[in-house]
Amino acid sequence: MDYLQYLRLDKFPHIWCAGCGDGIALKAILRAVHNIGWEKDNIAMVSGIGCSSRTPGYVDFNTLHTTHGRAIPFATGLKMARPEMNVIVVSGDGDATAIGGNHLIHAARRNIDLTVLIYNNHIYGMTGGQVSPETPMGDFATTAPYGAMENNFDISGLTIAAGASFVARCTVYHANLLGKLIEKALSKKGFSLVEVMSPCPTAYGKINKKGTGNEMILNQKQLAVRVERAKTMSPEELKNKIIIGTIIDRELPEYVNTYEKIISQAQRR
Amino acid sequence: MKPRTYMMQGNVAVAEGAIDAGCRFFAGYPITPSSEIGETLSKRLPEIGGKFIQMEDEISAMGAVIGASLGGVKSLTATSGPGFSLKQENIGYASITEVPVVIVNVMRGGPSTGLPTLPSQSDVMQARWGTHGDHPIIVLTPATVRETYDMTIQAFNMSEKYRVPVILLMDEIIGHVYEKVTLPNIDELTIINRKKPTCSAQEYLPYIADETLIPPMANFGEGYRYHVTGLVHDETGFPTNKTDQIEVMLNRLNSKLDKYSDEIIQYEDTFTEDAKIGIVTYGSSARSSKNAMRKAREQGIPVGMIRIQTLWPFPTERIYEFGRQVSHIIVPELNLGQIAHEVEHAVKGAAEVVPVNKINGDPIHPEEVLLKIKECI
Repeated sequence: MDYLQYLRLDKFPHIWCAGCGDGIALKAILRAVHNIGWEKDNIAMVSGIGCSSRTPGYVDFNTLHTTHGRAIPFATGLKMARPEMNVIVVSGDGDATAIGGNHLIHAARRNIDLTVLIYNNHIYGMTGGQVSPETPMGDFATTAPYGAMENNFDISGLTIAAGASFVARCTVYHANLLGKLIEKALSKKGFSLVEVMSPCPTAYGKINKKGTGNEMILNQKQLAVRVERAKTMSPEELKNKIIIGTIIDRELPEYVNTYEKIISQAQRR
Repeated sequence: MKPRTYMMQGNVAVAEGAIDAGCRFFAGYPITPSSEIGETLSKRLPEIGGKFIQMEDEISAMGAVIGASLGGVKSLTATSGPGFSLKQENIGYASITEVPVVIVNVMRGGPSTGLPTLPSQSDVMQARWGTHGDHPIIVLTPATVRETYDMTIQAFNMSEKYRVPVILLMDEIIGHVYEKVTLPNIDELTIINRKKPTCSAQEYLPYIADETLIPPMANFGEGYRYHVTGLVHDETGFPTNKTDQIEVMLNRLNSKLDKYSDEIIQYEDTFTEDAKIGIVTYGSSARSSKNAMRKAREQGIPVGMIRIQTLWPFPTERIYEFGRQVSHIIVPELNLGQIAHEVEHAVKGAAEVVPVNKINGDPIHPEEVLLKIKECI
């Protein structure tokens, strides 16, 4: 496929560091969009603040780079105004689970037809490496000089409990699978989420001696366990592993669709 | 068409005005004393094909209305002091991205949770400067239920025409008072919609303006794919760090309303022609002041009043003239002098500015203004 047709080439080179996974994720999104065959005019990509949130600047869609943590509310308004539009939210772990955490769970609860991609790099990359809700316990960050002391969110568990239709996780090492999972998420009517494990060699890798970007990506291969196989493993065996694949895929009423029915009812009265 | 006469509350007048202005999306969060706006629209909007959403907080409600407006649907949110504080970051976003939205703030006493059920006018400065950075904003303030309806329509019109967030700043008295109103027929209303681009999608630069200083706005999903960011951007809509481009963008943004100040700035003169003592006030305080002015006139004291309808941009020129005409300007307001300072600044010492301030949750009584008038003789 021709990726270039979806890109704003005059905006390159991109801001991402060598070894960052965000570019691999971008390619996966474009493959998914291409396979589904959506028109560019009918796609909106919405983001908050952070490295991942710069993605919309590079794609030739309707693009909206909002305030920190608030991509989902902006996307919610846009989707309600234009239900025919395919709305993709790109966010990071800090943006989506810390400052924007409330919006994440409420969008999942409403089961509004958005696809949220959370690039989880375990750190606040753009601001220079501060601890995030996804920094593993004990790992270092510029604001965790003694090691992170807090538990992490289980992003998939959180959004499943909140009511999402579709939840998946993947690494950028498994780029082909990532594209397929994003394609499933985009095709799903309802709230869909893909957690993309994307290494940050600059702000997280270096301080934690995780090696180069390449080494970090190769390490994802070692840690990844397919969701089907994970079901046969004990919690001890799964410790520190990354479970990849479709975690949930279910049929639930979608919010905007429900609202449209309410409008028909209200207008009949 | 049968006359639309109702006993109506100010907050309901906002909802009806919004609908008649073409608003078809409301996002909000419950907060006293503004909740009736959302409650009314939750029922009314679906009846006319619109949508209402109660968001998880004030911040997301502000984000959602900007998103919906970008999708081409006129959008409203409503709140009170604490919620208004929370909305400020995204109000700045609407300002820099030039997305039309209307925000209603039915003021309560502050700071913090303050006085949720009691009247106040203490968000005048927050309405102007609540979000960080230099930015344009329009703030309208009504004094009656009918005016609330009219001003809601004006707020949408101004927002669409100038691509600027417009704040309808009400006090609790105006929000909750019931008055008999006869609303105009829909076909008598002037409704302004945003100017759309006429060029091709390839030629479209989202932030280039002609002499009007207002760039045409394409809605998302209409074939003009472009980028919107809260970062300072150039004419293409993409971020820039180049000082010359920053200057062009921010200068246009901050001066675009100056060009239209004559049509934006509104105030109402009563008995000002022969006035020797002046009153400058707004909102519910103007109602008490009007009563005081009548009583003073009955006693032969030549008092005149300017009721401010557009708080920001402030009617500096008119207040300056008034200051040269009268000996004193009395400024009754339910705060510690937020507009009195502005009046002081406008009159440049030509008249003595006499504030009448109250922050205990009690409205200003006519007698209190009358007493000040007599002190000024």
